[in-house]
Amino acid sequence: MIEAELATCVAAWYPGATGVTGAVRLSGGASQETWSFDIVHPEGNIAAILRRAPAGYGAAPTRAAGLNAEAALMQRAYDAGLPSPRVLHVLQPQDNLGTGFVMARVEGETIPRKILRDEKFALARPKLACQLGGILAGIHGLALAQLPELRRMTAAKEIAELERDYRGFDWPRPVFELALRWLRDHDPGPSDEVTLVHGDFRHGNLIIGPDGVRAVLDWELAHLGDPMEDLGWVCVNSWRFGEIDKPVGGFGTCEELFAGYEAAGRRVDPARVTFWEVMGTLRWGVMCCGMMQRFRLSPEHSIERAMIGRRSSETEIDLLRLLAPRGR
Amino acid sequence: MQDEPTPEELIKAVADFLRNELAPEISGHNAFKLRVSINALDLVMRQLALQEGSDAAEAERLSNLLGMRGPLGEINRVLADRIAKGELDLRTPGLAEHLWQTTMAKLAVDQPNYASYRRELENKRN
Repeated sequence: MIEAELATCVAAWYPGATGVTGAVRLSGGASQETWSFDIVHPEGNIAAILRRAPAGYGAAPTRAAGLNAEAALMQRAYDAGLPSPRVLHVLQPQDNLGTGFVMARVEGETIPRKILRDEKFALARPKLACQLGGILAGIHGLALAQLPELRRMTAAKEIAELERDYRGFDWPRPVFELALRWLRDHDPGPSDEVTLVHGDFRHGNLIIGPDGVRAVLDWELAHLGDPMEDLGWVCVNSWRFGEIDKPVGGFGTCEELFAGYEAAGRRVDPARVTFWEVMGTLRWGVMCCGMMQRFRLSPEHSIERAMIGRRSSETEIDLLRLLAPRGR
Repeated sequence: MQDEPTPEELIKAVADFLRNELAPEISGHNAFKLRVSINALDLVMRQLALQEGSDAAEAERLSNLLGMRGPLGEINRVLADRIAKGELDLRTPGLAEHLWQTTMAKLAVDQPNYASYRRELENKRN
């Protein structure tokens, strides 16, 4: 069904394209969809991805940058030589596909357990943390004047939003209260430098091959703010997938991440990174609670979301390990 | 009083059937959802086995910490409020230990294979 609309859409901007084939829905919730397909072309098919919000799902959540901004950011990253898919087309009303964009499909792996355990990534793993540092430095170095309009965030605003979301669940969590207090007490204030922040730089949003990082995806939570936020978020224990002694994605050390970042000419503030790691841990915990709420409220009744709700306790133990470590 | 078999026995029978007989025959996205479903049943079984004891211990600790008694949900809310107001913090004797024990009891039900939880259990043992 979607292939007919995609074929019409593609014919309008890809010279020589004769249709599309192999459209498969990859993932996404009710408001956003990701489709994989091939553009049929006499000189060889082109692997593509459609990321869209179907018509009728216009209202993005308040945190979302919006699909048009995502497309613009992805293209800016690509132009700056960062690993990013090339944007092929931004959807127009006459495409009848809702809002969103079409990008080149980058082959590789996003599943953390495979990246952390499969033999074919064995040579890439030791290099990844340093490489991520370099990529983040590149993202943070993008000229603000060339970016789409984005939310300006500070630690204080982020704390307030997390608190509002948490209180909205009306389910008391003393560990979250402790973390909220800690964050307020340790807020380092607005950073001297405001940069583009990816906002969700972690496993799942990175396409990785045996040669290393091939693409950074999902700019949905991009905003302007403290660049150290991205470094803290990538260190959150929830993204280590069991390899808890390797803070960066379960494959590397903070020193490697920082070295890669500083080699690209930017400076790390480790205290701020730790602050954002605590914030990120609480943020994922609050997001897990949000999943549980969506499970209850949405007609889909997804068992997956229900079970993610039960993962908020994982962030509670991680918060305690950060804020109240037990004597050994 | 309700009759046998117990909820525990019934859930275990369903989970075993799904795991041992149905799962090998299912593929694709439904196999993933089936695995999540089996995990959910396993979680329910752990909760049925552990909740009574852990709730009682939590209520006991809370009573000592707050100097008041009441239903667990209510006194847990009081604890949350007092931490939010800054009346209790990590310098309060017993608070950190209470939060640790409560959290460990949650993980024992929610995610006993979570690496941080296993590490803390090992550290306790050594």
